[in-house]
Amino acid sequence: MNIFVLMKRTFDTEEKIVVQNGKVSEEGAEFIINPYDEYAIEEAIQVRDQHGGEVTVVTVGNEDAEKELRTALAMGADKAVLINIEDDVENRDQYTTAKVLAEYLKDKEADLILAGNVAIDGGSGQVGPRVAELLGIPYVTTITKLEIDGTNVKVVRDVEGDEEVIETSLPLLVTAQQGLNEPRYPSLPGIMKAKKKPLEELELDDLDLEEDDVEAKTKTIEIFLPPKKEEGKILQGDISEQVKELVSLLHTEAKVI
Amino acid sequence: MARKVLTLAEVRDGALRNVSFEAVAAAKTIAEGGEVVSVVVGASVRSLANELIAYGADRVVVVEHEKLATYTPDGYAQALQAVVEQEKPEGIVFGHTALGKDLSPKLAAKWQSGLVSDVVAVEETGGNIVFTRPIYSGKAFEKKIVTDGFMFVTVRPNNIAPLEKDESRAGTIVDVQVDIKDLRTIVRDVVRKTAEGVDLSEAKVIVAGGRGVKSAEGFEPLKELANLLGGAVGASRGACDAGYCDYSLQIGQTGKVVTPDLYIACGISGAIQHLAGMSNSKVIVAINKDPEANIFKVADYGIVGDLFEVVPLLIEEFKKLKVHS
Ligand SMILES: Cc1cc2nc3c(=O)[nH]c(=O)nc-3n(C[C@H](O)[C@H](O)[C@H](O)COP(=O)(O)OP(=O)(O)OC[C@H]3O[C@@H](n4cnc5c(N)ncnc54)[C@H](O)[C@@H]3O)c2cc1C
Ligand SMILES: Cc1cc2nc3c(=O)[nH]c(=O)nc-3n(C[C@H](O)[C@H](O)[C@H](O)COP(=O)(O)OP(=O)(O)OC[C@H]3O[C@@H](n4cnc5c(N)ncnc54)[C@H](O)[C@@H]3O)c2cc1C
Repeated sequence: MNIFVLMKRTFDTEEKIVVQNGKVSEEGAEFIINPYDEYAIEEAIQVRDQHGGEVTVVTVGNEDAEKELRTALAMGADKAVLINIEDDVENRDQYTTAKVLAEYLKDKEADLILAGNVAIDGGSGQVGPRVAELLGIPYVTTITKLEIDGTNVKVVRDVEGDEEVIETSLPLLVTAQQGLNEPRYPSLPGIMKAKKKPLEELELDDLDLEEDDVEAKTKTIEIFLPPKKEEGKILQGDISEQVKELVSLLHTEAKVI
Repeated sequence: MARKVLTLAEVRDGALRNVSFEAVAAAKTIAEGGEVVSVVVGASVRSLANELIAYGADRVVVVEHEKLATYTPDGYAQALQAVVEQEKPEGIVFGHTALGKDLSPKLAAKWQSGLVSDVVAVEETGGNIVFTRPIYSGKAFEKKIVTDGFMFVTVRPNNIAPLEKDESRAGTIVDVQVDIKDLRTIVRDVVRKTAEGVDLSEAKVIVAGGRGVKSAEGFEPLKELANLLGGAVGASRGACDAGYCDYSLQIGQTGKVVTPDLYIACGISGAIQHLAGMSNSKVIVAINKDPEANIFKVADYGIVGDLFEVVPLLIEEFKKLKVHS
């Protein structure tokens, strides 16, 4: 089976966010594989181990993403592809990313494409379904279970807590929800092997795309931190006094009750 | 510049979800005096059209087909495609719900359009329609504009106030016929986990429990408090993983994103993935026995103490307040 994973390198949002010159500062920031993409990578590896084939992890990003791609290879993916459009496209949004990914994938005859359901930094959840539509294949988002039998696929989809059991068929794109699996840690031999696995680097030119074809349709005009909340009030004194005070504050100060 | 704006209404258990009305309010701002047309899709949904008009829609387009009884991306995309071809709107607003999140990127790709997802505020400033949305798991916000094509957005439930309901408003209702075919995904079964009653994403008050609640029985006082306040019970992943409650109650990045007026977090440490789902709440109360717990950093009011002592006392106090007012 020909399996592709769409992986994004993201800012670790556990870290403090600093806005500088209208941008989120990357200085000293930690970057990680988007957590939902780890589920996608793990699932891809499991599907390959069960059905045979090959897993290729693809990312649109700059050369810094090589580190995360190597991690994916160390987990067990077979190949990695970095599509570096940094110097070619100035204005990017989800339209850009999806178009670039679809252009790369269109002649790859993918049977199964896995993505994360959402990136924890950009947070739009658009890229997976957009790519499926551009490729003309069906998709199922936020899946927690995947069963493949020939070209028939049974998927469990998380719908705001309810579960949908969905039947569909390959070729297919799915987006991973937490609960799909437990992503493995790269093993030491895995890390050694990863160094020798192929990591291809492509640019916009290689995809026969021009900047105009992928230019963003939306634009960020400002990034800001939420207004600093006044220091929360930690109540003091006897617990029953605190509770009385809390109820009174909610009633008279916050006016929510 | 007046524009025609479409909204997609969302139906759950035969009724419109509140986000449908919030989408109409957002559409009014985007329309800048232009027409707002709400679309309602399903097997038998015509009777819901009047309520959309009461909430501000100028016109309602009804698309009925037996194959639209359950949501599928292909079915709904065919329905919306037909409406958009007929109406030629310049803006489109969906809710940022499971359905809206699933469908909007497909349509945006089909229409070669941008899409601003998870919008919490819409305003007209300096000749632009500006959309505000959370990024970095809610730790920052960005303001976006659309530079080319449709103004296509999804709005986070419970953030944009609906317009005042006015039953005397008049509007027209039209039908659009579609042939729904070639559905490539089929919903075989729906396992309902979510409780009847208050929809978490629409609740004004949420009492949420974490691993600190320690057992399923431990959730009982939280339920009592939520009932008393007319709210709903939520949970952290920690509580769900421990089996104290169902995953359908989960709040956070993986679970539901909520914006109630009042969020009471009991025995929840405040991991970023949890905060991503609730930090936009208007007032946050934290009850935790660890004074260093991260949840206190986002709380407006905090009580450092044992939730099993605090919650019953809270119930007593709220009861007294109810009697007095
Ligand atoms: C230098 C730079 C400038 C940018 N400028 C802007 C800007 O002005 N406005 C703006 O909106 N965005 C901008 N972006 C962000 C970028 O366009 C988005 O982050 C990207 O399109 C993904 O959107 P998202 O984060 O919402 O991902 P989501 O749609 O939430 O991601 C869902 C899933 O799609 C897949 N995916 C997402 N992104 C990628 C990727 N890059 N490679 C492979 N798979 C992926 C993953 O599987 C992921 O889990 C910029 C990025 C860079 C690096
Ligand atoms: C990709 C990913 C997605 C995730 N998505 C989500 C999500 O959507 N939602 C989510 O919630 N989590 C999510 N998580 C998990 C998250 O990281 C935390 O593990 C989880 O939120 C912890 O739950 P908790 O606060 O209940 O448990 P803990 O962190 O164990 O905290 C329990 C708290 O209870 C307090 N406590 C204990 N006893 C008492 C008592 N008697 N009285 C008062 N306080 C007491 C303790 O002091 C402690 O602070 C996600 C993680 C990942 C990796």
